Amino acid sequence: MTIENPVKAGIANWFPGATGIDGLTQLSGGASQETWSFDVVHPSGNIAVILRRAPAGYGAAPGRAAGLEAEAVLMQQAYEAGIPSPRVRYVLRPQDGLGSGFIMARVDGETIPRKILRDAQFAQARGLLTGQLGKAIAGIHALDKSRLPTLRLMTVAGEIGDLATEYKSFDWPRPVFDLALRWLRENAPAQSDAVTLVHGDFRHGNLIIGPEGLRAVLDWELAHVGDPMEDLGWICVNSWRFGEIDKPVGGLGTREDLFAAYEAASGRAVDVARVMFWEVLGTLRWGIMCCGMMQRFRAGPDHSMERAMIGRRASETEIDLLRLLAPRRA
Amino acid sequence: MQDHPTPVELINAVTEFLRTDVAPQLSGHAAFKLRVGLNALDLVARQITHEADGNAAESERLAKLLGASGSLEDLNRLLSARIASGDMGFQAPGLTEHVWQTTMDKLAIDQPNYASYRRERDAKP
Repeated sequence: MTIENPVKAGIANWFPGATGIDGLTQLSGGASQETWSFDVVHPSGNIAVILRRAPAGYGAAPGRAAGLEAEAVLMQQAYEAGIPSPRVRYVLRPQDGLGSGFIMARVDGETIPRKILRDAQFAQARGLLTGQLGKAIAGIHALDKSRLPTLRLMTVAGEIGDLATEYKSFDWPRPVFDLALRWLRENAPAQSDAVTLVHGDFRHGNLIIGPEGLRAVLDWELAHVGDPMEDLGWICVNSWRFGEIDKPVGGLGTREDLFAAYEAASGRAVDVARVMFWEVLGTLRWGIMCCGMMQRFRAGPDHSMERAMIGRRASETEIDLLRLLAPRRA
Repeated sequence: MQDHPTPVELINAVTEFLRTDVAPQLSGHAAFKLRVGLNALDLVARQITHEADGNAAESERLAKLLGASGSLEDLNRLLSARIASGDMGFQAPGLTEHVWQTTMDKLAIDQPNYASYRRERDAKP
């Protein structure tokens, strides 16, 4: 369904002085969420924007999702705190007839990992990004908790429980996942002293990169409150290294450099063992997400080859779990 | 008995046509979809070629490890249950070697270009 008419009808209210829109394109969309790109035509210069929305009837966030209203607030707070982030320009209201969602500035740049990790134009960025990512994560964890929208509080036990439940729901035996769940239960750290905002999905694909480095952190869908070490572990999961397996931080750099930048910016000591725990949990989580894609492929309505093939990537996380938990060489 | 060509020969003939004749004519999303489709067909060909040997060896290892018999799926369900209940873990004799071998055999079919797999496959023992 196109959103052209309601956007045209509302644009002058949302952007005073705007005379229309140009170049409306849908970038992605499932049943519950859509992303659109367009330019706001304005006499003082066109404004490049992105609209994210959940059509009416899909307003209630499924499962773990924070919800688009919460995402808009978090993105705006990140922007105001100086974290690389798109400025939120408008939050949709019921009378706009577009469901829930928001309009944000469109940030130019690259999100495709293989280009970021290999293309010559990002050579300089690759040298800078590990430090920039550590600083950005520190900035996220420093956002004032009293001003945050309502978010789930996730504990270690809660996260392990959620993964176990989802794995069980597939009813397909994966002994390596069982071994990982056991390891997580036996090595679960005590409740974190620090409880902060956690981005929850800080990795390639959700980071816009330019030749000078990090331009924007996107997709706060999995944001929650919990152990700040979780974000540091997730960005080190091997699935986000895209072949550069000796550079744990998104295929870009070392854990040591990430932790140093994080500590310098946050003043909080990194608990290396906790980060490793979250890396193991994150590896298992991505594996379970791959299995979930396969389930959705079978259940329909999206019988796409991409979904099907992601199901055959769950074994990648099994070898990574074994490399973490039962390495064959010292 | 079915006649020749074999399923793998047929798949390879189709993928060769798609790669050399169709792919150069496509761009954008259609080209991306074709790459995903070719990857899927290559996976199917690898599975047809290697699955039987891998499954037989896995069954044999599982039967020995568990002291039980049954279908490959049943044996894997039993191993999963024993790990989940705490009866078996990495310290159980033969278990680590078994899950490593099984995982390597899965990757050889699923994603033989995955960097972790290549590192482990090529490592000097």
